Amino acid sequence: MAGCFLVLIAIVVFAALWAVWRYNNLITLKNQVTNAWKQIDVQLKRRHDLIPNLIASVKGEMQFEQDTLEKVIQARNSAVAARGVADSADKENQLTQTLNRLFALAENYPNLKSNESVKSLMEELTSTENKIGFARQFYNDIATRFNIAQQIFPDSFIASTFKFQPVELFEIKDAAERAVPQVDLSLRPK
Amino acid sequence: MTVATPTNLYEQQKRNIARTRLILAGFILFLAFLGIGADVFLYGSGVGPGIPVCTIGALLLGGFSAWWSLQGGDKAVLESAHAVPVDLRDPKQRTLDNVVEEMAIAAGLPKPAVFVIPDPDPNAFATGVGPQRSSVAVTRGLLDSLDRGELQGVISHEMSHVRNYDIRVMTVVAALVGSVLLLSDWGRRGLWWGGGSRRSNDREGGGSGVLALVFFVLWFASLILAPIIAQLVAMAVSREREYLADASGAELTRNPLALASALQKIDAAAAPTESIKQGVAHLCIEDPRGRAVNDREGFLSSLLSTHPPIAKRIELLRQMAYQKA
Repeated sequence: MAGCFLVLIAIVVFAALWAVWRYNNLITLKNQVTNAWKQIDVQLKRRHDLIPNLIASVKGEMQFEQDTLEKVIQARNSAVAARGVADSADKENQLTQTLNRLFALAENYPNLKSNESVKSLMEELTSTENKIGFARQFYNDIATRFNIAQQIFPDSFIASTFKFQPVELFEIKDAAERAVPQVDLSLRPK
Repeated sequence: MTVATPTNLYEQQKRNIARTRLILAGFILFLAFLGIGADVFLYGSGVGPGIPVCTIGALLLGGFSAWWSLQGGDKAVLESAHAVPVDLRDPKQRTLDNVVEEMAIAAGLPKPAVFVIPDPDPNAFATGVGPQRSSVAVTRGLLDSLDRGELQGVISHEMSHVRNYDIRVMTVVAALVGSVLLLSDWGRRGLWWGGGSRRSNDREGGGSGVLALVFFVLWFASLILAPIIAQLVAMAVSREREYLADASGAELTRNPLALASALQKIDAAAAPTESIKQGVAHLCIEDPRGRAVNDREGFLSSLLSTHPPIAKRIELLRQMAYQKA
């Protein structure tokens, strides 16, 4: 009788320890997801800050491209004003596209290509674009791990008991956007 | 010794970790064996103290040198390669710094310290004790010859060494190789010096028989061969890790072709990297000694090289790009 009782206690203790361990695992992943998300925001913010400087330094040279410059500024302002994940992702994508258009046009201005401050601004923006891309990639990786951890068999009990929710991933909507990161932004001599 | 096309990265990482433990355990046993042999020899010659001093000493030496190199080994490596911290006023170094930050973000790790080595030959290495404290160093020649995408490829390879804990393992392995070298050196000197006293005390240990003789011969042989064995193991560890770093680097950039083309450029500039000494070879993206042994496949050449043949690495990266398309 006492033996039975001991076995029961052992099982309960074991189950409790297991639950704590798996719960902590989920919490760790959740925090990593949050952190990865913030990392994206940091880079987006940096891009918003860089754009006015870039526009100011290319304005004189590119006065015949007023239209493009206007569009970049507009896209930037609406991206800054965007609220919510879906809206923000949409506006940021539009900003990326207008920026790429600007970079492509800048290729036609040899003076810009040789201007040190423009060059360094371009490098910073290129790098920031990459960082946004890589931060999203990392977010997707870690978010996928978090979602899988909630779904696999015994852990799913813990996840449902403590009401863990699967998080959304970044999705690239069409083939044209998929191709965006491939554009060469570096202005290096061909 | 070659690894099949790395398809499942997590499995490879696990295998890598398991193999590393095995190798470290092997090193520890080997150190203990060298020590035990010395103790047996001392007892046999009648001058041994009551406790196995040499065994304990050998293990302590190995442990201490591993610990010591984890404390400051990265600084020593950077200094010996004449690496200087990155200068952000220089546009190319600014790009390098940005690329390192990009790859750190892609790997979800803290950004490593960035160094530049004033050497015209293209090469790069990573060192440190783990993701929390790591450094990446590239030569001036690498900055001058690669474009942004290729540089990203190289840095992603180095970042993978950081992420896979290769830098820590290589630091510890280098320290253990060092202690084995030191011990075998001492051992041989000790034999020379102790040989005379053994003969005079021969009567005491007379009956121990053939077994002791076999053990002694084995021990003596490993004492002589220790430096070679230790270095071969270090090379094998390094070689295995290069394929994995290529593969997980490509996973970070999702662009295996950029690294392939960087490797091609690095390979084309085959001149030895003057600033990088022998001891740092296993850390580099390409063998800085520019030896032909790394270019061949085959048992002997793979045994003697720190890096797999570059042609093979490029081929594997191209296959990855093909699989993705």
